[in-house]
Amino acid sequence: MKKRFRKISGCSAPALRGRKRGITGGLGIRRQQAQKGDTPLKYARFWDTAKKYFREVKRVKKSLLPLVFPGILALFVWLPLVFLISGSLMGSEELTENLAPVLGSAAGQVQWTLLPRYPTLRPYVELLLDSPEFFVMFWNSVKITALTLLGQLAVGAPAAWGFAWFRFPGKKLLLTLYIVLMLMPFQVTMVSSYLVLNGLSLLDTHWAVILPGVFSTFPVFIMTRFFQGIPKGVLESAALDGAGHLRIFFTMGLPLGAPGVMSAMVLSFLECWNLIEQPMTFLTTPSLWPLSLYLPNIGPGQAGLALAASVATLVPAVLVFLWGQKDLERGIIAASVKE
Amino acid sequence: MGFKKKDGLAGLLFLLPSLAGVLVFVLLPFGDVVRRSFQEAMSGAFVGLRNYQMVLSNGAFQLAAGNTLRFMGVCMPLLILLSLLVAVLLHSRMERAGMLKITFLLPMAIPVASVVLLWRAVFHRDGFLSLLAEALGGQRVDWMNSHWAFWVLVFSYIWKNLGYDMVLWLAGLSGIPSTVYEAAQVDGAGPMTIFRRITLPGLLPSLYTITVLSFLNSFKVFREAYLVAGDYPHTSMYLLQHLFNNWFRELSMDKLAAAAVLVAAVILVLILLLRRAWDEGEEG
Repeated sequence: MKKRFRKISGCSAPALRGRKRGITGGLGIRRQQAQKGDTPLKYARFWDTAKKYFREVKRVKKSLLPLVFPGILALFVWLPLVFLISGSLMGSEELTENLAPVLGSAAGQVQWTLLPRYPTLRPYVELLLDSPEFFVMFWNSVKITALTLLGQLAVGAPAAWGFAWFRFPGKKLLLTLYIVLMLMPFQVTMVSSYLVLNGLSLLDTHWAVILPGVFSTFPVFIMTRFFQGIPKGVLESAALDGAGHLRIFFTMGLPLGAPGVMSAMVLSFLECWNLIEQPMTFLTTPSLWPLSLYLPNIGPGQAGLALAASVATLVPAVLVFLWGQKDLERGIIAASVKE
Repeated sequence: MGFKKKDGLAGLLFLLPSLAGVLVFVLLPFGDVVRRSFQEAMSGAFVGLRNYQMVLSNGAFQLAAGNTLRFMGVCMPLLILLSLLVAVLLHSRMERAGMLKITFLLPMAIPVASVVLLWRAVFHRDGFLSLLAEALGGQRVDWMNSHWAFWVLVFSYIWKNLGYDMVLWLAGLSGIPSTVYEAAQVDGAGPMTIFRRITLPGLLPSLYTITVLSFLNSFKVFREAYLVAGDYPHTSMYLLQHLFNNWFRELSMDKLAAAAVLVAAVILVLILLLRRAWDEGEEG
């Protein structure tokens, strides 16, 4: 408690001074009062700072009040993660004992301890050494996600450049079309995708999931927004220097629009890693499934394995999220602003 | 907008690979679906609007469409208000709220599949929620197989989308110039007055977009519904998406085509409304 006090007061004293200056900046009377308080006498100054610190602690406590409710809501996010991680570190006996009623193997009530009583890495060892299908599905997920993202980059970035920097007949209509397609849920295009994939004999191959993903119009839209934000003058001067369109795109457009490309890629990654409907509809062979379909199909007898696999699926997505969180936010906002 | 007006051709060339893919994978096949929606599945004979009549009078379609509408009617106001509340609270203490902001966005990154087992453990008849209910003097409920299933779905949707909407609200909040607030404070306006007179009107343009984007995100709640309850969940959470899936499995292409066109039309109207809202927001 003492330590916390020191920490709070220590770090916020400069902030307090800054704040006072901010308030008093516009009001001459208060500034005078503040100056009067700074007596040159050493001990008086000590008491003055002590009082300030005390007031500051009170202020911090009060200032955190609005965060209490969001803090309680945040438990709904943290508790599931704690459950997953602690569960994945329990031995199968402890886990079965805890979850028996839910898994259908015994009557009674579930129970849970925040930390495993007998922590073990065995579920992970089992997952990594004894479940070859996990590796197959993991690589399926990696393959689908990587190829989709690469394709979106190769096809979508030039398209976004075309939308952002050129005038051509029908542009407005085409952009509207892209927005409409981006907002359509999978169920609307499910039949049409099925028909074309069937016609190209791509059903039950990874391409059935990858190709429609590559031509998703969502990343094009996001990247267009960011490319439009590049200052016009830079590009115009490059064009005056005789740089060709391709050169301008590669040497200026892509580097300057990199935040937009990143936003699109982060959002697409989270989407691809979490695909359910597409693989479920177009992939009938289980060995082709991505992780997101494999997990729910692990039998109830293997709860430990299922939890370890859940965590293993979760980790890449959370890492990408934490790494690209700013890009993600920018992307969400970019998608909502009117062009 | 472009730096060389006459180079429209170059612009089209940049666009071409993407446009070709969209044509082949989306537009042409969707045209085919529209054609099929007027035909009999087997013979291909033109039947006019009969497929549409069949879909609209289908009991499963009525149930699914009703549930989907009810789901949206309940969860969207809830989500929008809750995310507004959280955004306003966080915005007032932004310098200390970074961690909370990340927390609320996190469910966007959590694969649905990872929480399936957890959801089962929570909402099972002998699960954690029943435990809590008993502790509070209630009874055990089989949450997934009763009318509560609908609320489980609402909870899942809000859990997943709160951060998304919150970020949009926060963007709207930071778009209100701080000078306006300062002026109001100088004039002696209290926090409630400031909120009612400045914050809410300033957020109105955000409200339109957030509503439409929440609506479109609500179609993704099917993932949770499917993973937790399978193909035939409790009737209170039987959504259009389940129906599409089941018709797909039966390969009833005629009904599926007509239903796809119907849903596409409804969504198209909504998007056009959104664009109008955008335009009005610009004028105002």
